[in-house]
Amino acid sequence: MKTIEIFVGLFIIAAVAAMFVLAFKVSGMSPLTEHNSYQITAAFDNIGDLKPRAAVTIAGVKIGQVTGITLNDKSYRAVVTMRIDKQENNIPVDSEASIVTAGLLGANYIKLTPGFENQFLQNGDAIEDTHPAILLEEMIGQLMFSMKNDKAETEAETDNVAVQ
Amino acid sequence: MLKSIQQLGSTTINRVNEVGQAGVFILKTLIRIPRPIRSFPLLMQELYSVGVLSLPIIIVSALFIGMVVSLQGYNVLSKFSASEELGQLVALSVVRELGPVVSALLFAGRAGSALTAEIGLMKTTEQLASMEMMGVDPLWKIISPRFWAGIISMPLLSMIFCAVAIFGGYMVGVHWLGVDNGAFWNNMQNSVDFRLDIVNGVIKSVVFGCLVTWIAVFQGFATVPTAEGIGLATTRSVVYASLAVLGFDFVLTALMMGGW
Repeated sequence: MKTIEIFVGLFIIAAVAAMFVLAFKVSGMSPLTEHNSYQITAAFDNIGDLKPRAAVTIAGVKIGQVTGITLNDKSYRAVVTMRIDKQENNIPVDSEASIVTAGLLGANYIKLTPGFENQFLQNGDAIEDTHPAILLEEMIGQLMFSMKNDKAETEAETDNVAVQ
Repeated sequence: MLKSIQQLGSTTINRVNEVGQAGVFILKTLIRIPRPIRSFPLLMQELYSVGVLSLPIIIVSALFIGMVVSLQGYNVLSKFSASEELGQLVALSVVRELGPVVSALLFAGRAGSALTAEIGLMKTTEQLASMEMMGVDPLWKIISPRFWAGIISMPLLSMIFCAVAIFGGYMVGVHWLGVDNGAFWNNMQNSVDFRLDIVNGVIKSVVFGCLVTWIAVFQGFATVPTAEGIGLATTRSVVYASLAVLGFDFVLTALMMGGW
């Protein structure tokens, strides 16, 4: 009976250890909680493919993550809530937030560009200066459109020359 | 013609009756005054034979499944020069699907069949009836600890399965195929969510544990008390449990992915 209990105990301990491995090694569960982080928001015209848990970076260094995305009913803008590591408590209030893409087709994340004010962002503050996500499809569309225009113009010019 | 319709009707009624019996049976097992001090040793014994003794098969198959997923995934991903995403592929497929489902199937084969055969033999040799004669409730003494042991050990086994499978994938991916170690873990951590992936996987395995042990103990309890009957009940237990696991897996996945 005693040995059986020891084996069952070992089994349960192994399972709990596996759970911890899954939680911290595999899911990289974020240690950002109420205590060691503060929350800021930013309203964007378009968030593209941004998802909760996306990274928030300054100069490429991860300093926090997106915790929630909601739509403001009045302004029709996307309000992104982020948690920032408490150690990074010197982000100027006039910083810019932009949504950028990692690589050509990678996931979207938020890039903060520090401003120059001496006042720093506090818990609950909002970033005013935002740049929406650049959508690859829109860019391609614009490119095609401008190419078409160019072509039409050059054709019109050659027509004019021919008439003259 | 008339006869076949009759048969269809009686088969249907029998099946529905069986499901009803299984439901009543499990309710009778669960709804009773708890006697923790006296049932604890019984539960321990069952946790050992159901959970601990299933560990070897779970660990070995997890290792191989992780390795195979990693190898297969690498072959496809390297075509798109995205082999860095291997960690994500292995972790997501193991944690979301393979972990709970395969460990439940193995559990049905390893532990479920044993439970059915054991209880079936007890019924055939009239041990259950004699217990009742002595005033010991077989539902409390035999069924309840086995059922709870199944529910408790299934998620534990599934978690061990996931961890070992990811380790297997890591061994093949990083040490054999040469995927970058940092990229492997980093991509995995960026894509796997604790609540949405791991906790959902555990919920799945709890449901599977319920299903598998329920089917196993009921098939054992409802055995036709002959040698042939035990064989039939054991086969049924594994077949029904596997089908139920796969069917419920689809339903649970649809629910969790927000299908409706």
